[in-house]
Amino acid sequence: MTTMVIAVVLTALVFDFTNGFHDTANAMATSIATGALRPRVAVLLAGVLNLVGAFLSVQVALTISSGLVDEARITPEVIFAGLIGAILWNLLTWLLGLPSSSSHALFGGLIGASWVAAGSGAINFSTVVGKVLVPLALSPVVAGVVALTATAVVYRLAAHGDRRTLNRGFQAAQVVSASMVALAHGTNDAQKTMGVITLTLITVGLLPAHAAPPLWVIASAGLAIAAGTAMGGWRIIQTLGNRISDIQSPQGFAAETASTAVILSAAHLGFALSTTQVATGAVLGAANGRRKAVVRWRVAGRMGAVWLLTLPAAATVGGLAAWVARGPAGTVLVAAVAMAIAAVIYGLSRRKPVTAVTVNHPPAPRPVAIAAPAAAAA
Amino acid sequence: MTIHWEKLLGVFVVSFGATVAVVTLVTLALLGLSARAARLGPSDAPARPALFSPPAGTAVAAVCLVAAALVVLFGLWAIVAR
Repeated sequence: MTTMVIAVVLTALVFDFTNGFHDTANAMATSIATGALRPRVAVLLAGVLNLVGAFLSVQVALTISSGLVDEARITPEVIFAGLIGAILWNLLTWLLGLPSSSSHALFGGLIGASWVAAGSGAINFSTVVGKVLVPLALSPVVAGVVALTATAVVYRLAAHGDRRTLNRGFQAAQVVSASMVALAHGTNDAQKTMGVITLTLITVGLLPAHAAPPLWVIASAGLAIAAGTAMGGWRIIQTLGNRISDIQSPQGFAAETASTAVILSAAHLGFALSTTQVATGAVLGAANGRRKAVVRWRVAGRMGAVWLLTLPAAATVGGLAAWVARGPAGTVLVAAVAMAIAAVIYGLSRRKPVTAVTVNHPPAPRPVAIAAPAAAAA
Repeated sequence: MTIHWEKLLGVFVVSFGATVAVVTLVTLALLGLSARAARLGPSDAPARPALFSPPAGTAVAAVCLVAAALVVLFGLWAIVAR
């Protein structure tokens, strides 16, 4: 039993790490693309702010799945299998350079694992619709409309100003707005892992019921997500900052401000929106808010497809893992196979590596030449 | 299953208002600072004559930046106090 708990804690921290580098782009992609922050500085700043955010938040949500599955039937084995599903989906989407919600991956993994372990009765399908599908459809639209309007307002007003002053000013403003997104992210996402670890410890009786997370849980979850963030998920940063559109600093500022406002106001009203979907919607909105901007809808469409696939795909892997991971031998097998798949994905990523140096120079989309010149702001 | 449309509308209205307010304040502040830049010397491409005289521009910039900073502080408070 104790071995299983250790396995869950370690797997949860690995998930937290992938969550970190998957989501660096949400806060920093446009700041890196516009040159407001140098790539390495940006990801380090995001990492530090995620760590701070992990300690700042007062409430840790003591729920693993937000009511999507019957939590009374969740065992450490189910959590382990669910985390494996989420981690593998995060790695695959990272390889493809596509932003996708880590929360949805975690939910999917847990749903699949619970289904296999306890039957379909353990899953609250109506909650899945209300908490996953509806926000999935609406949050990018809300963030997009807000960012589009803000961008249009900025460009209309800024036509009267001195270009150099405006450029410098918006870059400075972007540093602040990107930091706010990173901080809000830290308070949200590090908590997920803390909740998972704490609830596992409660399940096996190592902590009393309704216990707050111990300091080592808060610290390790914060450090894992911060380390992941500071690694920089360059592939996703490139997609969000450069491949959707040529984002300029006023657009980046408008997008980040919109992301912060939507995430914070939603959290205040008791929604948990996916940071990824909000940030991506905001970037798309900002891209459309400037006249003559090129928006590559094909990239956006691919993202939308990945968002729809996230939950079922992670659920499939999670279910498979739960089916195999009955008993210690199965658990070891699942861990070994997961590590092998992770190694293959890493190996594939080295074929076309994206680094801090190359992040702002995306390859041209295959047959069609890019019509617009590269981003003017350097 | 219930979808809380009124909450969703709340999110939209609040984030719309806050975002447009912040970007407007920051842009106005930069327009104010542009007036100073115009006085200090020729710049890249002054698209149109500055909106404000240099002293008025500085004052506008200061007021707008303070207001924007207050919104940011409120955002920080919202993060911490949640």
